[in-house]
This record gives sequence, structure tokens and C-alpha cells, in this order.
Amino acid sequence: MTPLLEARGVVKHFPVRGSLFGGPQKVVRAVEDVSFVIEPGATLGLVGESGCGKTTTAKLVLLLERPTAGEIRFDGESLATLDAQGLRRYRHSVQAVFQDPYASLNPRMRVDSIIAEPLVTNERLSAVELGESLRKVLDLVGLPARAARLFPHEFSGGQRQRIAIARALTLSPRLIVLDEPVSALDVSIRAQILNLLKDLQRELGLAYLFIAHDLAAVAHMSHVIAVMYLGRVVETGAARTVATQPRHPYTKALFAAALPSHPDDSRDEIVLAGDVPSPLDPPSGCRFHTRCPQVMPHCSTDEPKLAGVDGRDVACHLYDLAEVARATSPRG
Amino acid sequence: MSDTPLLEVEGLSTHYVSERGTRVTRAVEDVSFTLRDGETLGIVGESGSGKSTLALSLLRLLPPAARHVAGAIRFEGEDLLTKSAVEMRHIRGKRIAMILQDPMASLNPLFTIGDQVGEPLRVHEGASRRGAWERARELLGAVRISAPNARVRNYPHELSGGMRQRIVGAIAISCAPRLLIADEPTTSLDVTIQAQYLSLLRELQRAQGLALIFITHNLGIVARMCDKVAVMYGGRIVETGPVRRIFGTPAHPYTRALIESIPKLGDSNGRLTAIEGQPPDPAALPGGCAFHPRCPARLERCAVERPHDTAVGDEHRTACWLHG
Amino acid sequence: MNGSRAAALTVAWRLASFRREGLPMFPIVILATLALLAIFADFIAPHDPQVGMLGERFRPPAWQVGGSTAHLLGTDHVGRDVLSRLIFGARISMTVGFTAVIFAGVLGTTLGILAGYLGGWVDQIIMRVTDAWLALPALTFAIFLAAIVGPSASNIVIIMALVYWTRYARVVRGEVLSLKERDYVRLAIVAGCSKRTIMKRHILPNVVNSAVVLATLMLGVVIVTEAALSFLGVGVPPPQPAWGLMLADGKKGLMAGYWWLTVLPGLCIMLMVLSANLLGDWLRVKLDPQLRQL
Repeated sequence: MTPLLEARGVVKHFPVRGSLFGGPQKVVRAVEDVSFVIEPGATLGLVGESGCGKTTTAKLVLLLERPTAGEIRFDGESLATLDAQGLRRYRHSVQAVFQDPYASLNPRMRVDSIIAEPLVTNERLSAVELGESLRKVLDLVGLPARAARLFPHEFSGGQRQRIAIARALTLSPRLIVLDEPVSALDVSIRAQILNLLKDLQRELGLAYLFIAHDLAAVAHMSHVIAVMYLGRVVETGAARTVATQPRHPYTKALFAAALPSHPDDSRDEIVLAGDVPSPLDPPSGCRFHTRCPQVMPHCSTDEPKLAGVDGRDVACHLYDLAEVARATSPRG
Repeated sequence: MSDTPLLEVEGLSTHYVSERGTRVTRAVEDVSFTLRDGETLGIVGESGSGKSTLALSLLRLLPPAARHVAGAIRFEGEDLLTKSAVEMRHIRGKRIAMILQDPMASLNPLFTIGDQVGEPLRVHEGASRRGAWERARELLGAVRISAPNARVRNYPHELSGGMRQRIVGAIAISCAPRLLIADEPTTSLDVTIQAQYLSLLRELQRAQGLALIFITHNLGIVARMCDKVAVMYGGRIVETGPVRRIFGTPAHPYTRALIESIPKLGDSNGRLTAIEGQPPDPAALPGGCAFHPRCPARLERCAVERPHDTAVGDEHRTACWLHG
Repeated sequence: MNGSRAAALTVAWRLASFRREGLPMFPIVILATLALLAIFADFIAPHDPQVGMLGERFRPPAWQVGGSTAHLLGTDHVGRDVLSRLIFGARISMTVGFTAVIFAGVLGTTLGILAGYLGGWVDQIIMRVTDAWLALPALTFAIFLAAIVGPSASNIVIIMALVYWTRYARVVRGEVLSLKERDYVRLAIVAGCSKRTIMKRHILPNVVNSAVVLATLMLGVVIVTEAALSFLGVGVPPPQPAWGLMLADGKKGLMAGYWWLTVLPGLCIMLMVLSANLLGDWLRVKLDPQLRQL
């Protein structure tokens, strides 16, 4: 089965305005050589902390930014070579829901205009067809029909997020990018929205790119998880596997740091030294080597590549075949 | 450790009154709890539950529109609500400290770290500028900031979010308070930084015999850090008890639903148990039990009569008609 | 729903909600009265403002010695009734004032949106022009333009629109720069909307508030400028009864004690500008916090 979306070696650098007195051009290496695959109807969860590049990745997928290098393919077609027709088809197929339900909706527009906007922009429909579409999509997200004529400020955060989801659904997309869709909502509402998203995935065969800092939520929603650190994917594989048996030292620390769900749920804490380095000046070799509890001498010079280990891909020298051989050789 | 609790809040009610006196918002209503030396209490609630108003009430930091209409806040035996403004100034920062959610907003961008960490010492203990800087260096070490000698000269914007939050912590413990109130201290921090920070708070607590109050919506923090829990809804405490009892056998349907609705690592990926509806507007609370419109186990009585506080176990209390 | 309709509805909705909430009565009463005078001048004014009776020159107001009830506020140096001239002058001041403010507003807001949203060289050009424009003292610039095209009421409107659009452009551009980063604008891009649609539908209605507040504040400035231009002889040409012109004419009679020829038009100018400013201030406070709420 062709993957729905495939990223291959995607790079995104942002130039930073140089200082008044010249000097070398500084560059924020937001995303460096990132590759992943999203299958139709499945969810890819992207986890990582500040500066890992997950938001930039989302923007690249949404064509809000263009990659500096590398390629993204949708349904086998490269995004870089899309013409106007192709772009329109892409917009049809890929939509988004963002974090802040209060900033996602234009406060001056009524809900029906907000939801219908993607449809109105891309299709020529009669008023009747529009109304039909609107009703259907409001029903899908569990909002009453009378919500259509109201303004956003008349709704709660959770309801606004439903409106944002309804809007994302109007063009019958195949992939929705969800960037922290529930972090700004009250705890008791999050489960409602997560359940809704799962139901919609099942009913409509949607694929999701799910970005969140709540590890348990990501693990719950995703089929595949990719862990990012300072612009690179350090581990990726089936959600269950990565979450419960992580292999990369960073993944291990990340999931160990996740808050427990019960007081007796003890986890061996792995304390990472220091703060996350800046993407302006990332460490050489493996970007994680400055904080890694299992760092080896050549980690600071050689960059590890993603390789299959225990049923998932890890980018870490601990798992280099050569390394394993060296460790188990009789010379020792 | 003496027998008198460090903090005893009894029947505290704080209301916001609108400009023309027409609208009264019962932000906090009839809240009671106790805290002993060295204990950690978690106050859990969502938006509109009143938890932030409660936190501000404890230190009497409320805006003019807020009135304490009833109750007492007994800290080390003395009622804080009867203290004068001057007396409260001597208590804040010295005997009771507070840390807030956004470290960037908590630090003044124009002053060095050394100045800010040393400020409480100069205000409360009359330390000299040099003395305060010395102590500031020590305090930065206590909150595990590397190279404290260099850091004291930095300005807030030169440091990361995690470091800033530690500095806020250093300021808080500078005068060795007995009680630290933390209002969502880790919400803006990354996962691994949050873990470091919570470990640090634990360590400081043990070293200084601090009592901690965590105000949060995150049950994970409560599970990890707290000895006791008080769950707030619609301005009232609906359940309180030891942390293991609350997580193991929650008595109030809201507490139970909240715990069940949170995704857990390692669980099967089925549906989460969701709570229908949304948290109530404190200015327009439902009659009877505020939770009844959303309660999966509601009785007819719940819409009409507000349930009383009843004991359901050892130090475990709840306000719910399902429990008499 | 397109952007301009949304903008109009926004303003109407705001006006409706004001009625419920308690309005600043003083400026509203003054401005409403002046507006009524302006509209119904033909019916209210007792005399023709442009026809003078030489036998009735320099009559003081009715309550002074020598005054008569035929001319309640006295007459000027050619015997024209001051009250009638003030009433018709209201029409001129209000018309010129409002039209200039609206033209300047439309021009400035449009350029501000284009500069803010499109950025790049469009922004550079518009901003450099704005900077240059703002560096010129408004009054001098206006006089210069008026001297070139000649005085007339419609020329004055155009001149003032050209002089004052930059203030709008600056303010609007600033707002647009922050609006551009809002999630709903990003989502509109993701939905495939063209830049033009986004500017009309998402940016414009959200800057209308600031533009309206600025317009009310500019009203005072524009009226004073018009008065100054007329005073200097390059504004509304005689014998039209512009308040500024009345001031200029009345200046000659000041030493002879004919105070009503300067004080009364001056009072009118002051009342109108004061009311416009008070209204603008109140609007600014009213509209801003609501913006944040939404």
C-alpha cells in the first residue's frame, strides 16, 4: 500500500538576521534530515520537547513553509512540483486543527461561514449543497444545527475545538494535522475530543499527524510514534513498542519523565543533565550526546543513522552493529 | 512536629462583586482543609473551580473586587484574615511563599538574578547588598543551577524557562518559609524539565521541612508529589483525602470520572471515559450539586439539594448524595 | 459573507450594543445637535447666511444693548445673520470633516493592510512614503496643496484625505502585522484562500475597530485644520459660511469690541472638536477590551 504521506530527508533551515557588524550568517536548524511515513487511516504521533522541530514539521506538511532540502510526497506525488491544480487538490486532502480554540476562529465571522470557508474557496456549490454539507459536518462533531448562526465567543473552548474540527472536515480530507488539539482544553473535556477524533478516524478513514506534549495522549491516539530531538528523528516505531519499551536514551528519559497515573506507579527516573541546546548551534555528531547518560567517545563526532533495532528504528550508536561487534569481541 | 496543623482553613468563602454590586460570583465557597508541617497537599480543579482564587486568598493577594465573606485562614495558629496590611507584608515571602505558572512574568526583566533572589533577604532580614548576593549564590546552588557565580549577574531573558522557574523557586525559599504555595508551576515547562523541577521541589521540601500546596489541573503531578488531595468543583471542595485513597477508591463521581478520562501509558487503546458537558461558569452555577448536570450517577435529589460534607473513610471526606 | 459586509455588520452590532450600555451623553448630544442643524439648516436658520443687509451691520447679540430678536446672535461686518451662518457653517464643517475623515480612513486602512499583509517591497514603498509624508507638517502641506489647486470645499476634502491617510496606515499596519500570525489566518491559508480573500475576510473586519476609533479622533484634527485653512483664506471660499472663515472675518472687529464675531464661531469649533475627542476616547476604551474578550 502506498503510504499517504512520505517525508524523505526533509531539511528546514531558517536564516537569522546577521548582527550589525557582519559575521557569518546564523541559521536555525529547525529540521534536519527527517523522514517518516503516514499510512492511510493511521495516526503518526510526533513527540519531542521545545526546539525539537515538530511544529516546523507540521508547517512543512501543511505547505505553510517550503523545505530547504529533501522531499515530501503525498500519494506518491512530490509537493515541490505541484501546479495550481495540484495545490488545490492537496489543500482538499490535507487540513489542520491547531492548539488554541480561541485563536483558531475569526471572532468576526459566524460559525457557518467559518466552517464553510474551505468549501467555498475550493468548490462551486449551490446554497442548498452548502447547507447540506454544513449540517452533515456539524452532526459529525456533535454540535446542534442552530450553532451555525452563532459567533465563536458564544461557545466554550471544547465546543470551539469541535467547530475547528468540523471546518477541517468539510473538504473530506484524507489527512488532518492536529497540533496540540487538546492541550488548551479543560481536563474533563479532553477525553471527549480525543474520543471524537478516534471515532472520526474510524468512520471516515482519516489519517492524522498528531502532535502533543502529553505522552500518554499521543500513545493512546497513535499507531506509530516518532520521537524528535533538536530537529532529528531519534526513534520511530509502533506506538505501543516505543512507549513501553523505548530504546533510544532520550526516548527512555522522556517516557520515564512522564507523570504517573497513580501514586504507586513508580518509574525509574532518568535525570538528564542541563537544558536543551539551541537549534542555532546544535552539538556536533549525535545532537543528544551532551546530555546522554550513556554517551560514548565517538558520539560527539559521528552522527548516528536510523537503523532497525528490536522492531523499530533507532538512531543511536549504542545499537550500531559494529559497536555491538566491538563490545562482544574476544579482545574486549 | 507539633500537634497544631501548620495551616487550617475553615469555611473560607471568597466572592467577586461586580462594579454596581449586581453580580456576585461565588468563586470560593465554604472551603475547609488542614495541612501539617512537611505535608504536601494537591488542590485539583479545572477552569472555574476556584482553585486560583483560593491560592490568592491564602496570601490575601486578591483584587479589590474580591471579598472574603466568611471563614478563617489559621496559619501557625493565627487567623490571616484578621491581620493588617503591614503584618501580611511580613508574612508573604518570609513565612509563606508562592510560585506562579509563568516564570518570565514572575521575574523583573530589568534586574539581575542576584538582585532578585536577594531581594526578600534584604526586605525581611535586613541583609546588606553584599550579604544578599552571597546568600543568592548559595540559593542558586540549592536549586541546582550550575555556575551560580556567573548566573547571579545574568538577566532573566538570558536564561531558559527551566532555569527561570528554578530561580523563582530560589526566591521563594530564600527566607526559609514554612509553607510554599505553587500555582501550576510546571505547566509551561517541557516534560523532562518538569521532572527535574518536581524532583528539586521534593528535595527542598525534605531539606527544609517545607509544607507544599500544589494548585493544579494535572492529576499526574498530584500522583507524583502529594500526600493529600482536595478536589474542587464549582468553588467548593467535593472530595478530600489521602492520595492513595483518592486514586484507588474515589468517592465522588467527578473525581472518579476525571481519573478515568485521562489516557494512561500502557493502557489498551480503547475509548476513554469522557465526562459530558463542560465545567460550569462560576457566575451561573447549577442548583443543588454543581456537578449534577454532568454526573453519570445523579439522583433526583442532586438537582435540588446541595449535599453535605460526609466522612467516607479515614480522613477521606466527600460531598455527594451517593454517600449519605 | 465577505469582508466589507462583515465590517459593516460589526459597526452596526457595536452601535446597537452601545445603546444598552450607557453612552457618554455630552459628546453624543452635541454631535447629534450639530448634525441635525447641519441637515435641517434650510428650515432652522432664520435668515439667508450669504445675504447681508448693510443697514444691519455689527448688531450685537439680542441680550446686549442694541441687539434685536431678529438677529439673536448679532450680525457681521456686511450685515449677515451670525446665527444663520453658524448653522450653515455646521453643515460645512460636518460635511467636510466627515468626508475627509472617511476618505483618509479608507485610503489609509487599505494601504495599511496591503503594507502589513503583503510585506516585502509593497511594505517598503508604502512605509517610506508614509514616513516622508509624516515628516511634513500637516498644515503647511495642506496650505501648499490648496494654493496649487485653489480653494473649494471639495478640494479641501481631497487635500485633507491626502494629508491624513498616513496616520491610519501606520496604526493599521501595526495591527495587521500581529493579526497575520493568528491561527485563523494560518488556517485560511491551509484552506486555500487567496491573499486577497484573506485580507478582505479576515484582516479587514479585525482592524475596523482601530480604524473607527482613529477616525473619531481624527475628526477633531480635521475640523481644526479646515478652520485654519479657511482662516488663512485657502480653505472654503467666501461667501460660504465656514466657521474658520467667520473667525478670520471677525478678527478685524475684535479691537472694536465686536466679540461675538470671533467668540461664537470659536466656541462652535471647540464644542465640535471636544465632542469628537471625547467620543473617540470613550470608543477606544469600549472597543479595546471587547476585542480582547473576543
